Amino acid sequence: MSVRSTVRALPTLFRVGFAEMVAYRAEMLVWVLATTMPLIMLALWSAVAHDAPVGRFDQQDFIAYFLATFIVRQLTGAWVAWQLSFEVRTGTLAMRLLRPLHPMVSYAVENLAAIPLRMIVSLPVAVLALVLTGAGRLPRDPLLWAIFLISLLGGWLITFLANAGIGTLALWTGSSVKVMDVWLALYMVFSGYLIPVELFPPAIRGVIEVLPFRYQLGFPVELLTRGLDRAAALRLLLGQWIWVGLFLLGVRAIWRRGLQRFAAYGG
Amino acid sequence: MIAAARYWRLFRVQVRSSVLLGLQYRADFLVDGLVSLFWTLTALVPLFTVFHLRQSLAGWSFEEALVVTGWFTLLEAILEGAINPSLTAVVEHIRKGTLDFVLLKPADAQFLVSTARFEPWRSTNVVTAVVLWVVAFGRMGRFPSLPGSFAAVLLLVVATSLLYSLWILTVSAAFYVVRIDNLTNLFNSIFDAARWPVQIFRGLMRWVFTFIVPLALMTTFPAEAMLGRLPLTALAWSVVGAGAFGWLSRRVWLSSIARYTSASS
Repeated sequence: MSVRSTVRALPTLFRVGFAEMVAYRAEMLVWVLATTMPLIMLALWSAVAHDAPVGRFDQQDFIAYFLATFIVRQLTGAWVAWQLSFEVRTGTLAMRLLRPLHPMVSYAVENLAAIPLRMIVSLPVAVLALVLTGAGRLPRDPLLWAIFLISLLGGWLITFLANAGIGTLALWTGSSVKVMDVWLALYMVFSGYLIPVELFPPAIRGVIEVLPFRYQLGFPVELLTRGLDRAAALRLLLGQWIWVGLFLLGVRAIWRRGLQRFAAYGG
Repeated sequence: MIAAARYWRLFRVQVRSSVLLGLQYRADFLVDGLVSLFWTLTALVPLFTVFHLRQSLAGWSFEEALVVTGWFTLLEAILEGAINPSLTAVVEHIRKGTLDFVLLKPADAQFLVSTARFEPWRSTNVVTAVVLWVVAFGRMGRFPSLPGSFAAVLLLVVATSLLYSLWILTVSAAFYVVRIDNLTNLFNSIFDAARWPVQIFRGLMRWVFTFIVPLALMTTFPAEAMLGRLPLTALAWSVVGAGAFGWLSRRVWLSSIARYTSASS
């Protein structure tokens, strides 16, 4: 499992993953269409801001915010928790363990391979957002754009690693889909997916800043919709990558211990 | 009459086998209940936040909107406990080709697949819904209007049959598209819009949620009935609409099943 052979395998893995996505394009489209939550929240918050703006948000701001939410959600998606849970239960994880490649790498590449197709779907939404709210809302500072790109990567990494960690728990419990449900509920509330973080009372906002959820979604969205200045953006970026590091160490630790329990039922 | 009696007996047998199957997984009851309670509570956070900022929203006060949420929670419980389990199994049957065995049986296929599985222990949310109503009406300091409550019971039947018809329509799509096990997900995510009074949606979206995917009939109308402000004409139209949807879904199911070509053989 040398680093060199892993790197050499990456392009092929990516091609395989991409071909799989193209093969199941109808299913992927359904997944994208199922991301209706930002649109529902957009309608809700527009109604709230109908008569007077909420904080700094008027109706236009809410449109920009929730369309950005849709795009960032598409680009930072991962579903390893369900995959791992399924493969542990059916024993097919054994196939992955036989390959001369860390299973986490193959999962990561498979999940990343969905992004090009998802980008094609997100693009019209991005254009729509620009038409509806104007380019004036986008950040002008190139540094902020650079931070945005890094924050997308960080957001994806946290999502992926949290998924991987919870999926690994299936090695102890047989199935960890329920744990993932709890995680998702927390994510919905605290990531800025349903409510922009700014609109929470200050006390809760302090808690949210410490939790990982905002760094998965809210942070990149805020960067895109001009919620942040340079200093704040850099501070949050640091927070995000501290979480990336913590999750990396955590997943590594439980993966090693969990794998010793793997029994490959039915495999 | 004889046919009705026969189907009633068949229905009881199906329910009994579901319950026996469920008793094998007793631990799931507790976990499922806790997880869905957690979901319901976190889903209330936007409601609290919105009404923390505003006294009323599109003509709804906090307590009134809570009645709508109660209806949403109740229907979610019905969906999870009585509709989803059976119809998810149909999608699986279609994919594997095992629908053959259902079609061979001497009874209506739609009836058989729709009653194949009940998971009443997933319906802990019924309790949550009642608690939400008690809290809402308690804070308003009044009781639900009496004629309105009768209308609400009628609308519960309407809403359940609408939900079921929509599900049949969704499942029928599985005959046309090969791999579509995530249809459940799409359905649930659209249904999520029913959490809110339909008045917050404007223009096209409100029209769609009233006539195409009639979410308004499922949660907003019953809530309005309980609050005693649903016009009788709306009630009448709901019944007609539910009938029309039921008829449409039956037609679509029959024509879809005519296209079924067993996958495995």
